[in-house]
Amino acid sequence: MADETDTHTTSEAEGAYWRDNIRLLVSLMAIWFACSFGAGILFREFLDQFMLGGYPLGFWFAQQGSIYIFIALIVFYVIRMKTLERKYDLDD
Amino acid sequence: MDTQTLIYIFVGLSFALYIGIAIWSRAGSTKEFYVAGGGVNPVVNGMATAADWMSAASFISMAGLIAFLGYDASVYLMGWTGGYVLLALLLAPYLRKFGQFTVPDFIGTRYYSKTARVVAVICLIFISFTYIAGQMRGVGIVFSRFLDVQIFWGVIIGMGIVFIYAVLGGMKGITYTQVAQYCVLIFAYMVPAFFLSFMITGNPIPQLGLGSQVNDGSGLYVLQKLNLVLTDLGFGQYTDGSKSMIDVFCITLALMVGTAGLPHVIVRFFTVPKASDARKSAGWALVFIALLYTTAPAVGAFARLNFIDTVNETSYSEAPGWFKNWERNDLIAFQDKNGDGVMQVRSGEAFEGSPEFAAETGPSGERVVTNTPVADSENEVYVDRDIMVLANPEIGNLPGWVIALVAAGGLAAALSTAAGLLLVISSSVSHDLLKSTFKPNISEKGELLAARIAATAAIVVAGYLGIYPPGWVAQVVAFAFGLAAASLFPAIFMGIFSKSMNKEGAIAGMVTGLAFTFGYIFYFKLMSPEANVAENWLFGISPEGIGVVGMVLNFIVAVAVSKVTASPPVEIKKLVDSIRVPRGAGEAHAH
Repeated sequence: MADETDTHTTSEAEGAYWRDNIRLLVSLMAIWFACSFGAGILFREFLDQFMLGGYPLGFWFAQQGSIYIFIALIVFYVIRMKTLERKYDLDD
Repeated sequence: MDTQTLIYIFVGLSFALYIGIAIWSRAGSTKEFYVAGGGVNPVVNGMATAADWMSAASFISMAGLIAFLGYDASVYLMGWTGGYVLLALLLAPYLRKFGQFTVPDFIGTRYYSKTARVVAVICLIFISFTYIAGQMRGVGIVFSRFLDVQIFWGVIIGMGIVFIYAVLGGMKGITYTQVAQYCVLIFAYMVPAFFLSFMITGNPIPQLGLGSQVNDGSGLYVLQKLNLVLTDLGFGQYTDGSKSMIDVFCITLALMVGTAGLPHVIVRFFTVPKASDARKSAGWALVFIALLYTTAPAVGAFARLNFIDTVNETSYSEAPGWFKNWERNDLIAFQDKNGDGVMQVRSGEAFEGSPEFAAETGPSGERVVTNTPVADSENEVYVDRDIMVLANPEIGNLPGWVIALVAAGGLAAALSTAAGLLLVISSSVSHDLLKSTFKPNISEKGELLAARIAATAAIVVAGYLGIYPPGWVAQVVAFAFGLAAASLFPAIFMGIFSKSMNKEGAIAGMVTGLAFTFGYIFYFKLMSPEANVAENWLFGISPEGIGVVGMVLNFIVAVAVSKVTASPPVEIKKLVDSIRVPRGAGEAHAH
């Protein structure tokens, strides 16, 4: 094991960076799931009683809303990760 | 100028542009051939990815599917965009940091096994050929309808164009032609959508138009009106689906995960300079894709309204020109079941199967169909869903240049995707099978030549599939996504997020996922299609969605096997650590 720790490159910063990344991933994936599978499929019928303009809300999530939210998720992730990488001095 | 001349000019100009770009961006090294030299700007790559991704299916077929399926078509809208979240968050930056040329490269190296690499190559080739056959069919449809060229010559011309820029330019040529193709296809998609939305609702933005009131004075919203019209004719409501919830759920998930596992999409992220650029690029790709994907639901709904408006209860002798044009191309048929000469559009099939036309014409001048009529449906009109987007400008009476633009756009969508697929097939043969497995001593020049020969061979096979489409092509599109979801995605995902996943686990997982998914689709789609009904499905999941079960099996088997076999060597754990941090990308890894 000795030589493994010697040559192994994981530093404390890398470990902390990875843990922060995973935490961020879990919350963003939860939103990803909630807007598409949640609002667009599982709770669609319930949400359809509300209207967004001429769209039944569940239908809107399934055919419009979830796509906009997907873009927002990626944009947020790109910005957040850049900050994290600067914080731990790991950016490329 | 008449429409036909305009079509020749638009299509001719777009082809000249692609060839010009190909000559300008000729690939000189394997790195340029496989990953465009690895220095593509993330926004440019995002645009190229969008063109790569949006195929003939997205451009030509999707709005038609939405028009006829209503809510049920949401599986495609969410499924084919949600995968980019998975790509940006879970795969792209790490694969870019790994810094090789192909997807089997990653699997072969991460799982320190030539067997794993070969299994990945087999999955890749199968997925890509299934997909490419559909593109060539799209090229054939556009040519035969708009350019009055036989499908055979249409496909030959399409093959010739792709040959020039894919074989000469490799990834470099493909990247820049895809950027041009994106511009052509998005412009061609948006212009008729603006027109239609403005005509029907008075609001030119289709995304808003779909949520607005119809400007016929009724005060009804578009979707309300559509629901009313459809229920009057005996259809289900547009905003309600007929698929079961579990099936919608599984198909959406299989398409999302499948998207993230498709090799021709993943490989685009190898072309940007840095890991953080891969994330950015996935975001841009989704922005460019969303432009079309949020427009498609509007196009679908407007097309359905327009179609019923102009066709239903119209006598055949007064049918609009586009109706007869598409009838001449076998994609529309009218069977006058009640003999009144008037076309009734109702729910249900007009007759059994796809139309078989007899030589003579009926009393109203329609082409006589010899199929057995379906007695319990009053529907008399057969329409192939694929024509909705192509026919839209004509249905909406739009000017000739819009029709010409749509023809060029359909070709751009089909050709850009075909080129991307050809590239991953050829690089997996020259790089993964030859260079990395069977002939490691091959020179750089030899490898480049092999890549070009493989690309040529792949074009010939794809062309053959386009000219003589085997009956199973339409039946097995589900294969591509299901197989990618069940085989490649889990292997790549665990390769990044688990340090203890070893080669035994990954191979067992891929083989299980592949075999299960393949078997299920093969059984229901090819062996006994008559058994393909919800009662016989496993947990009520259709073959389109079964990739999800295959994926779960892949994960379970992989984890179980990896627990009882030797843990991966230290170098592999180090490799995983190094791909997890962005610093140091750019230098490729030494094997």
